[in-house]
Amino acid sequence: MTSAWAMASLVLSPLVAAALTFAFPRLGRSLALGTAGVAGLAVVRLMRLVFAGGVQTHRVSGWGAPLGIELRADGLSVLMLIVTALIGVAIALYSQRYFVSEHDDEARHRERYFWPLFLFLWTALNALYLSADIFNLYVTLEMLGFAAVTLVALAGTHAALTAALRYVFVSLSASLFYLLGVGLVYGQCGTVDLPSLAAQARPGPALWVALALMTGGLVAKAALFPLHGWLPPAHANAPAPVSALLSALVVKAPFYILLRLWFEAFPALMTPAVAQVFGALGAAAILWGSVHALFQPRLKLVIAYSTVAQLGYLFLLFPLTAAQEGGFMAWSGGLMLLGAHACAKTAMFLTAGNILHAAGHDRIEDLDGITHILPVSVFAFGLAGMSLIGLDCPRAAGLPGNGCC
Amino acid sequence: MTSRMPIGVLSLALLAALGWAVLSLPLRPAGLTAASLAKLPESGVTNPVTAVLLNYRGYDTLLEIGVLLLAIVAVWSLRRGEWPASHLHDRPLLMPLLRVVLPVLLLAAGYLLWIGAFAPGGAFQGGALLGGAIVLVMLGGLARRALAFERLLRAGLVLGVIVFAAVCAVTMLLTGGLLQFPAGTGGTWIMVIESAALVSIGLTLGLLYFGGRPNAHHA
Amino acid sequence: MPDADYRIYALAGMALFAIGFYSMLVQAHLLRRIMALNVMGSGVFLVYIALGAQTPGPIPDPVPHAMVLTGIVVSVCATGLALALVDRAQAAASEVEPGDDA
Repeated sequence: MTSAWAMASLVLSPLVAAALTFAFPRLGRSLALGTAGVAGLAVVRLMRLVFAGGVQTHRVSGWGAPLGIELRADGLSVLMLIVTALIGVAIALYSQRYFVSEHDDEARHRERYFWPLFLFLWTALNALYLSADIFNLYVTLEMLGFAAVTLVALAGTHAALTAALRYVFVSLSASLFYLLGVGLVYGQCGTVDLPSLAAQARPGPALWVALALMTGGLVAKAALFPLHGWLPPAHANAPAPVSALLSALVVKAPFYILLRLWFEAFPALMTPAVAQVFGALGAAAILWGSVHALFQPRLKLVIAYSTVAQLGYLFLLFPLTAAQEGGFMAWSGGLMLLGAHACAKTAMFLTAGNILHAAGHDRIEDLDGITHILPVSVFAFGLAGMSLIGLDCPRAAGLPGNGCC
Repeated sequence: MTSRMPIGVLSLALLAALGWAVLSLPLRPAGLTAASLAKLPESGVTNPVTAVLLNYRGYDTLLEIGVLLLAIVAVWSLRRGEWPASHLHDRPLLMPLLRVVLPVLLLAAGYLLWIGAFAPGGAFQGGALLGGAIVLVMLGGLARRALAFERLLRAGLVLGVIVFAAVCAVTMLLTGGLLQFPAGTGGTWIMVIESAALVSIGLTLGLLYFGGRPNAHHA
Repeated sequence: MPDADYRIYALAGMALFAIGFYSMLVQAHLLRRIMALNVMGSGVFLVYIALGAQTPGPIPDPVPHAMVLTGIVVSVCATGLALALVDRAQAAASEVEPGDDA
């Protein structure tokens, strides 16, 4: 399998599977498993090609930038694709049984629509991580946002619908900010190709405004403090596999685009002051999210506020990598945190789903004795919690270079 | 009323920044006009916008057709539509109008699809007309039976994505590149994609109007 | 086309964007907020078209035109989704007493 086939199958297989699950609702479970298999193989293949031959690019339609769109897989993209595939497979397996336990029409309806929406979400994430074109990234962002919002609403409760409503307005207006920024970049540079922007970009008012617009939109989508308000209700009220998808994967995608924009496309605009602003917001998010997490009465809300704090840690990457020495260390530490947080949050939300199902609620003070009913789930939850704590300590302590916890 | 003040100031500041940005852009941005025109003979169509949409940046359009399908999946997951069957009674004014308008709309949709290769038009413009035709048909109560065939509707809705993906796979087998058409055949592949997309776009737009999945009991 | 200056349309697009943004934040009615989002979107599209018209050459730049077509389709989908969600949320709100969330 060439890298072109690997990249094409990462986008096309979940997309076709999404369409087929909508046309034939009964095939949902098996199609999702099939997609998980194909995507897993393609990611492994792509990873090996990148390790062996460096960055892989593919000119879609054969034109190449600036006229055409290019797909590209480098180390960062492959890392994000692997995390996505790991969690995608885990959630595809978990959801085989999650919706089955309830036997009413509502539950069947939820499962029937969960599969195509989940597969669309997967398509959007894979396409996003492979794209090297900032307008194409807009299309993938919209696909991601639509799927995420609808998955939250799938829970059907009043609280979930209210949260989805808030999420949809944030998501749509953030996309428009991003789109307007892309228009200004095109007007200034004459291209929307990510790798060639660095050479074209001359810092000036238009680019500053464009980058501010795109960053504003992406920060809202990534739920960085102070634009995080939509996240806790949305993540806490969604069905368990959806909460896991949102916390582990969806909020990471806009963060990834921010990294691409600031470090790759417009490094000339990445001044120390900008890095410090991101750092300050990240630090505020850590404090705000952690303090609020402590006071939440419900388990899923605790996990959701912890996501707000963990996203703050990710944004510390901006000031840390800007420092001359230790920049590389900050990159590897930060990206490892990203992967570890994704896995830990998936585990937490999935086990919280088990607890919610077994106990019928997730009020923490009434969860006494849950260890006897669900020993494995609680153990997994604890393990995930330890992973989060363990990874926080070296970061907060100024990142010593051991890099493993 | 008090909270409007800061938001108003914020919006004005936004406007000032945006205006400043526009005025500081190059008066004559480079753009890609010349490149688009230079490659036009190889693209398989002669309308530059269609060339960008289905050839140079055809990958965007693939995802966009996906977004359209996602929208109808999302809306159907949310609610049952107020399908017109409940307030369907004979509409003495609508029916004669439909008899005249419907064939014209369908013909115009097909014409727009075809002309898109040479002049403004294409699957999206044709699809919008088709969507309008579907809305009229439903308002007229003519589609009462068709709504019962939910499977057929679903097949029509996914047609665009499936055909587009199939074209991707076939052309990739032939050329090794995603959406890279064999030399000289671009026009044909574009027409295949657009014809399937026309059906899905029209159905999606028409069914979005009713804001929910069909309710077999009403049909 | 060559010498005309279409930047006034880009400025108008920016004004639409700012007006839409203001309305989206101050309006309480959800339908009005969805309309505000559409006004913002129209503003963005107008900016794209105006900037495309500024490029030198015998025709306006087709690339932003195609982008706007993509954007319009996405925004139609977004409007459909938002409307359905608003309707569903309001139906749920009328069934459930406030504060009685599951």
